[in-house]
Amino acid sequence: MSATANPAIPSDPAWRGRVTAIVLTLVVLWPLLSWSEFKPWILLDAQSLQATGMFLASFLPPAHAPEFLLLVAEATWQTIAIATAGMTLALIGAVPLTILINERLSVSRLGTGRTGALGRSVRQLMRWLLVLLRSVPELVWALLLVRIVGLGPTAGVLAIALTYCGMLGKVYAEILESSDPHASDALLNNGSGRLAALLYGALPESASELVSYTVYRWECAIRGSVVMGFVGAGGLGQRMDESMKMLAGGEVATMLIIFVLLVAGADLVSKLLRRRLA
Amino acid sequence: MKPHQSAIAPAPPPVIRLSTLVLLLGLLALVIASFATLPLQWKAFFTFDALRTVRDFLGGFAPPESAPGFLRKTALATAETIAMSALGTAIAAAAGIVLAVPASGRFGGGAKAFTRMLLNVSRSVPELVWASILLVAAGLGPFAGTLALAFHTSGVLGRLFADALENTSPLPESSLRQNGAQAMPAFLYATLPQALPQMLSYTLYRWENNIRAAAILGVVGAGGLGQMLKYHLSLFQMHQAATVIIAMLLLVAFVDAGSFALRRLLMR
Repeated sequence: MSATANPAIPSDPAWRGRVTAIVLTLVVLWPLLSWSEFKPWILLDAQSLQATGMFLASFLPPAHAPEFLLLVAEATWQTIAIATAGMTLALIGAVPLTILINERLSVSRLGTGRTGALGRSVRQLMRWLLVLLRSVPELVWALLLVRIVGLGPTAGVLAIALTYCGMLGKVYAEILESSDPHASDALLNNGSGRLAALLYGALPESASELVSYTVYRWECAIRGSVVMGFVGAGGLGQRMDESMKMLAGGEVATMLIIFVLLVAGADLVSKLLRRRLA
Repeated sequence: MKPHQSAIAPAPPPVIRLSTLVLLLGLLALVIASFATLPLQWKAFFTFDALRTVRDFLGGFAPPESAPGFLRKTALATAETIAMSALGTAIAAAAGIVLAVPASGRFGGGAKAFTRMLLNVSRSVPELVWASILLVAAGLGPFAGTLALAFHTSGVLGRLFADALENTSPLPESSLRQNGAQAMPAFLYATLPQALPQMLSYTLYRWENNIRAAAILGVVGAGGLGQMLKYHLSLFQMHQAATVIIAMLLLVAFVDAGSFALRRLLMR
């Protein structure tokens, strides 16, 4: 019996749309599945199941020999130190670049509303430099730097410094340029120096936003420095990679726990700092 | 003090509290300790010799490999990267919705606390770490990368979806329920549609992030452009590596431009 004959079950008025959507989804999904070699049955393969089972079973109990814990503590500190040192170097690079590219501080803009040709080209050049620095992912920087300076934390510190210099410079300039222009313009119009106009005109209003963004980035740098360890840039990531290659599940478990705690701790400290300094 | 005087009196200088001072000193100590304890090799960078090494290293990249066969391989790896990110995000969105229902407190406080903890853990392990764990189960290749993206992203999306569900108005659903609708249709027709636009925008945003993440996931062996980069770099085939890096930069630039254009289109 057709559906229209039974008034209690109305036919679906949207069936055309539904069928089209399903067909379209299948058409799009098919190449995606084949490109990404999506074969879930590999997971259920007997050999793979056995390897996974053994690896997961060795997670318990997490490794807790005193000398191993000492090693992990050292690696954890190294991770924090890489993030902190990298952020410091990034700040040293980003602050001068921010002052350079900040359009608020252009004196030629006053009155005419247009910046001079020289200033404009210098700013554009510096902006491109920042774009280049931040669009190469930190992991790729680390991969390249490991080739130059060798395995160890130096590559990690420099990779964070380069990437975060690009990000901080851009965001700092944006924050400063989006603040209320009256104060710094009034200072510049009355003949104050540019640095003074920045410090007394634009900075007080934006300070809390700048600080909270910096602290947030520090938190990201801690996560990033763990990840970069996987390409040999020192810290917790490098140790985790070594244990993973030896399929030492217990050690991996301990380090995963430490890592989750570290991220939660950084999150907490960053919240605390932002509330206090902002 | 008279009111008109207080209007022109300069603001008192900001008081720096002792605790803030201690905090700042602590930060300074952290920075100094970091530089002091790390075995940094500045020698490897700031000597004349080192500068030459860097120059030679960077010079080795030019010119990027541009043989048609290699370009085709790079394009395929780019497609693989995009496919990994799209599938990973789609799986994560589906898992995110399923997990968000208990995480928004629909099945009581216990279920909520438990799912939230699960989401927190899967979110705080980065994609790359997930990938290197999943390599054991899924083998080398893009499948491990797809799963890694899915695991990390379902943590992120599940939490965001749960918050979105919690923020919906409960009235439409309760009025459907009071008029005799079943629990499932009431949820699907009254609560979900309120949160759906926000969920969609979160998913798109995460997809954008995941394309960037998928490009580098390969360095642990999980497919895509990253795997190619790692491979050619470890064989010191710098020209090929340069092409892959350029492909990565183009992909990221393309995604940035696309999301910017889409956002402008949607805002209008």
